[in-house]
Amino acid sequence: MTTDLGHPALAATAVRKAYGDHVVLGGIDLDIPTGSVFALLGPNGAGKTTLVQILSTLIRADAGEMRVAGHDVVRDPDAVRAAIGVTGQFSAVDGFLTGEENLLLMADLHHLPRRERRQCATDLLARFDLVDAARKPAVTYSGGMRRRLDLAMTLVGRPRVIFLDEPTTGLDPRSRRTMWEIIRGLVVNEGVTIFLTTQYLDEADQLADRIAVLHQGKLVAQGTAEELKRQVGGGHITLRFTDARGHDYAARTLDVVSRNDEALTLKVSSQGTCGRCAHCWTGSTAPRSPWTNSRSTPPISTTSSSR
Amino acid sequence: MSTATHAFTDSATMLRRQLRHMLRYPTLTLTAAGVPVVFLLLFVYVLGGILGSGLGGPSGGRDAYVNYVVPGVILMTAATAAQGTAISVAIDMTEGIVARFRTMAIARVSVLTGHVLGSLAQTLLSMAIVTGVALLVGFDPTAGFGEWLGVIAVLVLIIFALTWLSVALAIMAKSVAAASNMLTPLMILPMMGSGFVPTDSMPGELKWFADYQPFTPFIETLRGLLMDTPIGNNAILAIGWCTLITLGGYLWARKLYNREPTQ
Ligand SMILES: Nc1ncnc2c1ncn2[C@@H]1O[C@H](COP(=O)(O)OP(=O)(O)OP(=O)(O)O)[C@@H](O)[C@H]1O
Ligand SMILES: [Mg+2]
Repeated sequence: MTTDLGHPALAATAVRKAYGDHVVLGGIDLDIPTGSVFALLGPNGAGKTTLVQILSTLIRADAGEMRVAGHDVVRDPDAVRAAIGVTGQFSAVDGFLTGEENLLLMADLHHLPRRERRQCATDLLARFDLVDAARKPAVTYSGGMRRRLDLAMTLVGRPRVIFLDEPTTGLDPRSRRTMWEIIRGLVVNEGVTIFLTTQYLDEADQLADRIAVLHQGKLVAQGTAEELKRQVGGGHITLRFTDARGHDYAARTLDVVSRNDEALTLKVSSQGTCGRCAHCWTGSTAPRSPWTNSRSTPPISTTSSSR
Repeated sequence: MSTATHAFTDSATMLRRQLRHMLRYPTLTLTAAGVPVVFLLLFVYVLGGILGSGLGGPSGGRDAYVNYVVPGVILMTAATAAQGTAISVAIDMTEGIVARFRTMAIARVSVLTGHVLGSLAQTLLSMAIVTGVALLVGFDPTAGFGEWLGVIAVLVLIIFALTWLSVALAIMAKSVAAASNMLTPLMILPMMGSGFVPTDSMPGELKWFADYQPFTPFIETLRGLLMDTPIGNNAILAIGWCTLITLGGYLWARKLYNREPTQ
């Protein structure tokens, strides 16, 4: 891999973490160039949050070398903290404070000068469409508003490396696209590096320069969206459904190789299917399809197999 | 900027955060004052007549009992307020905001110092309310200006001690309900000391406990300052206990907070 963007924003070798006998991360290597977007893709329990927490100095790895923004994560955590911004999987706002007060709190903790702190809060409120709600306590915010406030708070210190743990989970399709725009804007306008985790292939496809798939503690595939598609090219993807209606709808819509009505699974050719499945997941091609309105979370999981 | 300056400004920021919470939800302060006020009224009006006569003073009865019981009730306020602190620390620990603080380059312990300083202000306010009610129901202290300053100084030391202890217990508790329960015994301690009746009237083992537990020197020191009763070595004992509990609570809380978060 060539990185002509200077030294990597994030480099890790052989990162391991186990809880008791349960190996969550079994040797992870990463090399993320400055100014790029990296997406870590994986299902529930894959270890995405664990890896984010390790890289953002929240918890310690059992082994491994990690450098973030040029600083050693283990030896110099405070230097790393000064360079990063983290939006965790679960809301990290002070519910008792208003949106504006939350941002001012962040400004104070970043020791911004008096005049700048107001300006910074005002700008972010406008940018994240929170002006009307600025004076209301964050407990009264909807999930999407909370998420936006969360990200706005992360941006206060102008971090060089930003971690986003499932930034769009639980957002409606419109808020989701807004979030994508914001993330793209950050990279283009401010040159920050973004490490995001997601369960959605289409999100990784939309945003990331490089994607890695985390499965059973290992990065089982890594590359650009195109490279990944080529890697699984010729292979099959098994789609698993939670309800029969969705299963049936998909069976009629996709190029199905085989179908199991008992287990509610479909085996489809991975060639060119990813994009279409991805659309189904967000409901952008079929807003009234049975699996977008039957549940708020996508009821399918995928496993890919070569050959 | 040096680490020490950071620790100071960050603690001040966190204190402002706590004060904002307090102003937005004044019920927290009022609740901390509410329980002791109820106890005060209950003991003075329902039991005060009899308990007061048992004190054996010249006037006896209800009037004497008000003056006897107020120091204990004020310390009960410290205990109910400590419970409030524990609850708000536990809420913080279970919410994501603390995880955010941990990934920021801020003085680590400032989150806790903010809580402690905020609680100090809140507890003093609750105590002022309780004392106000006591004055209305006939509390008649002999204390002059100097003694009142002494009272405030002793109370600040006691609040610091109990608050650091409750912060540590709250981090250990891992849930809001558990944190709240853990602090309940603290409210009973003034009663199992010289707060409501003299320890001489208690049976053997209880008297022994009452004489040696920290609340008794706390109460006797306050009573001495407010009502001009003999203090003896109680002031030294009170200061000793406060130093010990503050130091222990602070170190324990800091250790627990710096430990890896597990969820
Ligand atoms: N503190 C802990 N103690 C024991 N096991 C843990 C702990 N934290 C995480 N795990 C385990 O580690 C695995 C990975 O968890 P993690 O939260 O990193 O997954 P994830 O990929 O973020 O999942 P999700 O998509 O559901 O957020 C899970 O099996 C989880 O049970
Ligand atoms: Mg997760």
